[in-house]
Amino acid sequence: MPRYAALIYGPDETDTNTSPEEWAAVMADYDDFSVRAAAAGVLGGGEALQETSTATTVHVIGGAKGGEVVTTDGPFAETKEVLGGFFLLDCADLDEALHWAAQIPGAWNGRVEVRPVIDFSQGQ
Amino acid sequence: MIRHEGGRVLATLVRLTGDITLAEDAVQDAVIEALRKWPIGGVPDKPVAWLTTVARNRALDVLRREAKRTAKETDARLLDEVTLATREDTSDSMVRDDLLRLLFTCCHPALSFEAQTALALRTLCGMSTGEIATVFMVPEPTMGQRISRAKKKISSAHIPYRVPADHELPDRLRSVTAVIHAVVTAGHHSPEGSLDARGDLADEGVRLARLLHDLMPDEPECTGLLALSLATTARRDARLDREGAMVLMADQDRSRWHHDDIAEAAAMLDHAIHLRRPGPYQVQAAIACLHGLAPTFADTDWEQIAGLYVTLERFTPTPVVRVNRVVAVAEAQGADVALALLDQLDEATVDRWHLYWSTRGELLARSGRTDDAAVAFGRAIDCSPNDSDRRFLVGRRHAIADKR
Repeated sequence: MPRYAALIYGPDETDTNTSPEEWAAVMADYDDFSVRAAAAGVLGGGEALQETSTATTVHVIGGAKGGEVVTTDGPFAETKEVLGGFFLLDCADLDEALHWAAQIPGAWNGRVEVRPVIDFSQGQ
Repeated sequence: MIRHEGGRVLATLVRLTGDITLAEDAVQDAVIEALRKWPIGGVPDKPVAWLTTVARNRALDVLRREAKRTAKETDARLLDEVTLATREDTSDSMVRDDLLRLLFTCCHPALSFEAQTALALRTLCGMSTGEIATVFMVPEPTMGQRISRAKKKISSAHIPYRVPADHELPDRLRSVTAVIHAVVTAGHHSPEGSLDARGDLADEGVRLARLLHDLMPDEPECTGLLALSLATTARRDARLDREGAMVLMADQDRSRWHHDDIAEAAAMLDHAIHLRRPGPYQVQAAIACLHGLAPTFADTDWEQIAGLYVTLERFTPTPVVRVNRVVAVAEAQGADVALALLDQLDEATVDRWHLYWSTRGELLARSGRTDDAAVAFGRAIDCSPNDSDRRFLVGRRHAIADKR
């Protein structure tokens, strides 16, 4: 069976002021979707990402493995290159995550944006 | 005292709590308590330890309250860690490590350069958000937002609070030294208003450079950065005349230079050079020391300075370095050789830069091309960023026109 990644675009939480009530309503809708999609057997996994102000982008210079790694603050914003996939990395801290991200071929063929995933078990 | 020692206390609190905002609030409370108690009971024997203990207890209170209110697992765990750290370790070596960790966290490359600078000034120099906003000429709410976003990113992206491993160190040190150098430069040569409008910022920059050197005495580029900062700011009191116009190094009253700073810089540089790992800050420090140690402008070792600029150009091949090299070459070998070097620059990259045009104007005037020189000075005045520079350039244009 074909597998699809559904990538969710919307206003950046950095720039919006969502009230706790609005947030709860949105979460309820997402829960509803997850339950129904899981019950239908179509849900392969998913995560909610922290806002873009927490993003870090890595790029390996020179278009080949092993070049100098350049780290910049913020999400990757380039209209010619589009999101082509993602890995979930479990790391102790951002330095370890960036260390791995810089070894993904996309880091020299393009850019890799690293964004922390929201941990709902800790509350927000 | 509190403002500067505050950085040490804060660094320890950040280690204990792992949270810059919580640590800042706790230190703030401790300082308020000190301001209330010390004038009455006297300053305690170990003020830093006193502040650390009070701040730690404040942080504990906050964490206890939070843990009770939300029954949060993380806060309870954190509470244990803070309580366990009862060793009251404020020993010099521990505090040094705390300060280094904080410096590397603030200057992490995953934060924007502006955020790195603001965080370093705030946490390690005790500057308020308002003061930092004034220095960087942005509205206070903008700076407040920049700082709080950076702090949020440190916590939610888990930017680690530690000194980088050896193999990461060269890269990471580059961003720390760049931040400190930017602070010194912005302080020594104010981008707006009078040239010396931000002298206090230069002092903070030198303080940070000294801190970094003390923390990493075997890193020659850290020592080079401190030597450069000292030798450069040593000329602070001789750069402006009574009307506030800039005075060229050639015409400065050298008795007003801080020769103790220059001597310290030269001694430090000597130490750094013996570690045999050259770098751009050491080279720039060597140039600044040669200027500082020369008894007169004419007696400056221009040949050696021109040679050092060739070395510096290999590290940082920028138009700024080239123009500075050209100035030294003009003194060592004459204006025509210097102009030829200046002509190699791509004019598009220097078109709006006043120092390029003023240098060109000076060299043209020296080789007798006064009309061309006046045009160059006109360009320099048009893109001059601050009042001191502009007044100086207008004066130079008049002087050259008079010679005709």
